[in-house]
Amino acid sequence: MSAPDRSPNESRSNALRLTDLPLGAAAEVVSVDPGSPASGRLLDLGFTPGTKVLGVRRAPLGDPVVYELRGMRLCLRRTEASRVRVHRV
Amino acid sequence: MSTADAGTTAAGALLRLGLVGSPNSGKTTLFNALTGMRARVGNYPGVTVERREGRCTVEGREIVVIDLPGAYSLDPISPDEEIVSRVLDGELDAAPDALMMVADACSLERSLLVLGQLLAREVPSCLVVTMLDELHARGGRLDLERLEAALGVPVFGVVGHRGIGMAAVREALTQPERWSHPPIPPPLPPLERAAWADSVAAAVIERRPAHHALTEKIDSVVLHPVAGTLLFAAVMVTFFQLIFAWATPAMDAIDAGVGMAAVATRTALPAGLLTDFLADGLIAGVGSVVIFLPQIVLLFTLLALLEDIGYMARAAFLVDRVMGRIGLEGRSFVALLSSYACAVPGIMATRTIPSPRNRLVTILVAPLMTCSARLPVYALLIGAFVPARNVWGPFGLQGLVLLGLYLMGAIAALCVAALLKRTVLRGQSLPFYMELPSYRLPPFRLLVAQVSERAGAFLRRAGTIILAVSIVLWCLLTFPRSEPPASASAPEAARSALENSFAGRAGVAIEPLIAPLGFDWKIGVGLLASLAAREVIVATLAQIYAASDEETSLRAAIRADVDPDTGAPVFTPGTVAALLVFFVFALQCMSTLAIMRRETGTWRWPAFAFGYLLVLAWTASFAAQRLVSALV
Repeated sequence: MSAPDRSPNESRSNALRLTDLPLGAAAEVVSVDPGSPASGRLLDLGFTPGTKVLGVRRAPLGDPVVYELRGMRLCLRRTEASRVRVHRV
Repeated sequence: MSTADAGTTAAGALLRLGLVGSPNSGKTTLFNALTGMRARVGNYPGVTVERREGRCTVEGREIVVIDLPGAYSLDPISPDEEIVSRVLDGELDAAPDALMMVADACSLERSLLVLGQLLAREVPSCLVVTMLDELHARGGRLDLERLEAALGVPVFGVVGHRGIGMAAVREALTQPERWSHPPIPPPLPPLERAAWADSVAAAVIERRPAHHALTEKIDSVVLHPVAGTLLFAAVMVTFFQLIFAWATPAMDAIDAGVGMAAVATRTALPAGLLTDFLADGLIAGVGSVVIFLPQIVLLFTLLALLEDIGYMARAAFLVDRVMGRIGLEGRSFVALLSSYACAVPGIMATRTIPSPRNRLVTILVAPLMTCSARLPVYALLIGAFVPARNVWGPFGLQGLVLLGLYLMGAIAALCVAALLKRTVLRGQSLPFYMELPSYRLPPFRLLVAQVSERAGAFLRRAGTIILAVSIVLWCLLTFPRSEPPASASAPEAARSALENSFAGRAGVAIEPLIAPLGFDWKIGVGLLASLAAREVIVATLAQIYAASDEETSLRAAIRADVDPDTGAPVFTPGTVAALLVFFVFALQCMSTLAIMRRETGTWRWPAFAFGYLLVLAWTASFAAQRLVSALV
């Protein structure tokens, strides 16, 4: 599986981690950090560059968080969500 | 298999059709609509854990429909997904001749990613877009003709549970060899595949469906930090309360019926060995287990409802953090909750857990969850020895003891899981992700079908294993026949006959092992018999006590039983506590051991589970015996 790292360094430095995205704020995926079993799966789930993603809800104990993307609601733990880089739109 | 030789398949030949799609896409409903067979339909992503096949005939052509588990990708990371790719590769069975891909109209976008992988396999394929009614209700619009053009394969829109659009699907199944196929398969690398999916989505989605308004509203309560947590607690408490409160009238009725059947047998037939066998062996044995049918039906109904409505995934979301502390995940919680019905479906539900280690840990602790087979034992002992008095409001002492036993099992499961994750099964976890499906009311018909399937399985078990054990046991308890001393009174004679029977001798043989727990040889016989299935101990005790005194009920009989030498009651509070605690821990269930073997592929893990649970059971039981004896 190819490493998704298309974004130039400067846009990458502007990018937030998905975990730092406030709830209710819309964002667009920039990249997924490569190098973990989670990376490939996050891409397969649709966290590909340009995909719109929205943080919807946090579990009462703070983790995981429900995100909305591609017409589905998906919950991710911090460990996985922090691998996704986004920028706010 | 390839498009080249597909044309040579004669119409009328058997067609193997694979149903594939992402979890929760309406696959199982479509499967039911096609085959008329009742498979499980669930709203918890990935509930289709078993490979299911059904048959249908369209215009004389026989079709085997294979319902595959939901998969987010064909690069498998969970055992479920592995099944999908292995079936498609023809490793588990002959590979399907054609694929019917299934996608939910409301989330076509995410399904396109896995559709791309499927189309790249170049097997004759078509796409069925389900839940068009929900799409329209939410104001969304899809251009299915364009979708057909973009994918290059036939596309059908259906409302599976109402059968709308199914005629066209059926007709297409007569000639999958003629299905169009994409001129160029979609690209496989993830980023290019995503770009392909995005371009298809842009071309065919005319209007995105609005959010499922009801789901949003319900979630704002169900997942609310305070309200959601309270609701979660309320659901769990109500769950257990309903199972006990609602089942009682039906259970009493069955109990009375079994009693009447035994009496009727005794009056209709002459006294003798055959009558004893029928009344004490068959009717008492099987009847004492069938009585739990109402509770089992209720339990399965509630579990299926929670799952199909979509609450299970939410519950898993709410407790994921807690499970994460232990080293497991929310999905383990769902498997463990299912184990309250029976560890067998619970262990099967672990197939949706991607991490092999987490899955194994969940399998190993699942038997600690209080399954419905323990209920008969708890109900008998609590009913006989715990006074029925109110402690607080509507909650009685008996209910609290029962709740305590349930909690003890659950807490032990969590502790053992945490321990295993830190020792034997240490290691990095796989990514955790879980979809929260829209809330849906499951079709009533399907709910009934699911529950009756489970209830039927329980009755078959009562009719086979428990019947067989009852018969064998009756023989072991009756033979060899010995002549009691002439001076002995009737109860003494019966007792001595029992003690000299094969089963009695075995019970006496293990008595030194269980004496520290306060158990006598009769309980020993029950424990040995319950190795087949926990509830068998009730049938066994029923037979033992019916053999010595057929007038009183089992409950009264165990209460009245005294040690012939000392005159002290056999069931002291300490003994009762020890026996209850023993059943909290011990893995006395052949079905569970067999399913563990099947799911882990080796006898090592079932042997490990049996061993550690037996040690735990004996130790905890010993502690309970001492503690309660000291207190009471």
